Amino acid sequence: MKRRDFLGGVGAVGTASVLSAPSLLTTAGRAMAQGNDIPVGLLFSLTGAVAVVESTLHNAALMAIEEINAAGGVHGRKLRPIIEDPASDPATYADRARRLMIRDKCVSVFGSYTSSSRQAVLPVTEQRKNLYWYPTLYEGRECSRNVMYGGAVPNQQQDVLVPWLVENFGPRFFMIGNNYVYPKEENNYCKSLLSELGGEVVSEEYVPMGHSDFSSVINRIRSEKPDVIFATVVGDSDVAFARQYHAAELDPEKMPVFSLTRSEVEVKAIGGEAAAGHFSSAPYFMGHKSPENEKFVEAYKSRYGGDQVTHFVSEAAYFQVYQFKAALEKLDPANITPEAIRDAAVGLKLKAPQGEILIDENLHTHLWPKIGQWQSNGQAEVLIQSEERVAPKPYAAYEGQTCTGEGLVKA
Amino acid sequence: MDVISNQLFAGLSMASILLMIALGLAIIYGAMGVINLAHGEFVMLGAYTTWALQTYAGIGILLALPIVFIVVAAVGWIIEKVVVQNLYHRPLDTILATWGIGIILQQAVRLGIGAESRFVKGPELLSGNTQIGPLIMSNYRIFLIFFSVAVLYGTWLLMTRTEFGMKLRAIIQNRGISECYGIEAKRIYSLTFAYGAGLAGIAGALITPLFSTIPTMGTGLVVDAFLVVIVGGLGSLIGAASAAVLIGEATALFSIVINDTLGRIAVLAGIIVLIRFRPRGLFPTETRR
Repeated sequence: MKRRDFLGGVGAVGTASVLSAPSLLTTAGRAMAQGNDIPVGLLFSLTGAVAVVESTLHNAALMAIEEINAAGGVHGRKLRPIIEDPASDPATYADRARRLMIRDKCVSVFGSYTSSSRQAVLPVTEQRKNLYWYPTLYEGRECSRNVMYGGAVPNQQQDVLVPWLVENFGPRFFMIGNNYVYPKEENNYCKSLLSELGGEVVSEEYVPMGHSDFSSVINRIRSEKPDVIFATVVGDSDVAFARQYHAAELDPEKMPVFSLTRSEVEVKAIGGEAAAGHFSSAPYFMGHKSPENEKFVEAYKSRYGGDQVTHFVSEAAYFQVYQFKAALEKLDPANITPEAIRDAAVGLKLKAPQGEILIDENLHTHLWPKIGQWQSNGQAEVLIQSEERVAPKPYAAYEGQTCTGEGLVKA
Repeated sequence: MDVISNQLFAGLSMASILLMIALGLAIIYGAMGVINLAHGEFVMLGAYTTWALQTYAGIGILLALPIVFIVVAAVGWIIEKVVVQNLYHRPLDTILATWGIGIILQQAVRLGIGAESRFVKGPELLSGNTQIGPLIMSNYRIFLIFFSVAVLYGTWLLMTRTEFGMKLRAIIQNRGISECYGIEAKRIYSLTFAYGAGLAGIAGALITPLFSTIPTMGTGLVVDAFLVVIVGGLGSLIGAASAAVLIGEATALFSIVINDTLGRIAVLAGIIVLIRFRPRGLFPTETRR
């Protein structure tokens, strides 16, 4: 107790001296920056397995930050991006998040693509009472007060899609996904919708992560002849699945694949010809027509190259920075804390490329689900756009559990 | 019934891909005792060479095959000359060295070409299916099966009917005595390593239309290739072929009876049992080491 008092005293003296004479301790430029800029962490992997996707998220978020700075910043203060590369390793995510939140005093950190990396950062951001902005669609069942969820949860991906599928294609679903939590939770929710709609699941299959030979799955699809192939295969596996599906000459006219995970990035690797005719469900497609999206796509392409694509996660990485900025604008510049930013962000409306979005009090985002059909040029044509903004229900498949502004409430 | 016949074909198709990847490994491993952990990266280099040829020179996969073979063989040859050659009497170190080379190649491709998955178009000529009763076979997969058998036969001819093959077999049996008879073991080893690498390159070129072309694609493939080599028996061509068929068919049948995830587990468990009772594989070759 005594010792702690002593340390505290020394700390106080130290802080006081920093405040009174900053130039003695650091270079003038850095002290200036600390005085005026708002430090913001960017925690996307630039190397390793998920770098393929995360580098695009990094690019989109960085572009938003620089756009905001070019337009004068927030209350005249610039956002200062501090970039860390967690190298696709969850433990490194936690470590770098800690560094950003403690050493660099970031008031918010933007990062992660995979659920495993978000969950690694979760204890850090909760302990430091910081704010972690997570742009990816995910499986729900999480309700942290220190994470801002920008992507779709199962009810936002499926509430529009599944009834439409049953009505237009038929009730017999074939589920194929990678063997981990996201596909299982999505299928779980899909099954609960199907039981209400009178649909049935003819087969539910999970292949290992990175699985690349789908001949047996394709044979089973061929013999089952389902109405709908409901796919939650991710990344390289999805690319291999789509290409082999095409090589097997299964006709998308008769048996289309409906993917919750296939975006412009995967389609680029699959090739337009093999992807054409199949569908994806997402709140955003690069081909969506809106002035905000045209501006976003054009800025992205002119900055990173004409052959680059934007997709439903990079869009969220982009608009989340703007949500952060809008929340900051509501705050007193002298009193910026992560929790104040969070409270200011709740209820915030923003014109994103996908449409006008809203932050729910459960910190998830109200989104505009869309169904797109892939064309041979690698772009999706948006066939169905939800008539209204869909509210996020991260516990939709779990009766009696609701994610609210006070955290998870169990009935 | 038609499910089973289709599945048998799927197994054969898997086997042909496994065989092509494993063949190069079997030769390098069997002939030289080098556990080449960079083999998957040779496959990856083959895939990327095909991509580059198609994207920048407009050369289709089939025409690209000889070029891919030469390019990847050249890379293998250089690696053998610079690194592996100095480590023949330190077999454990070759594992570490080739692993490191693999990482270097993978990251070089990631930095130089980019991490995103690349698109390679399959040959028009071989698109479509052939249907015999209930059996539906993709033409490209049929081609792969025949091609892998041809590569196997070609390699067998090379090993048994040429002077190079005779020298190589002599060195495998006893390097010291062979050198006394004037065989230049170093040169033969370099060429063998290059040949094995070239085969991996061809395998990479041929699987690109089916799989996704990314810098890490070799890592998973090399594991399967090692399984084939170990089950087949070191250095045995016929062993590699039969092991590839065995593993391919077992995977296909298990995955239809159970599912892909459990099927994979069952196959690996089966291999462990097999290795327990036949530690030197199905067709061990008698060599002096």
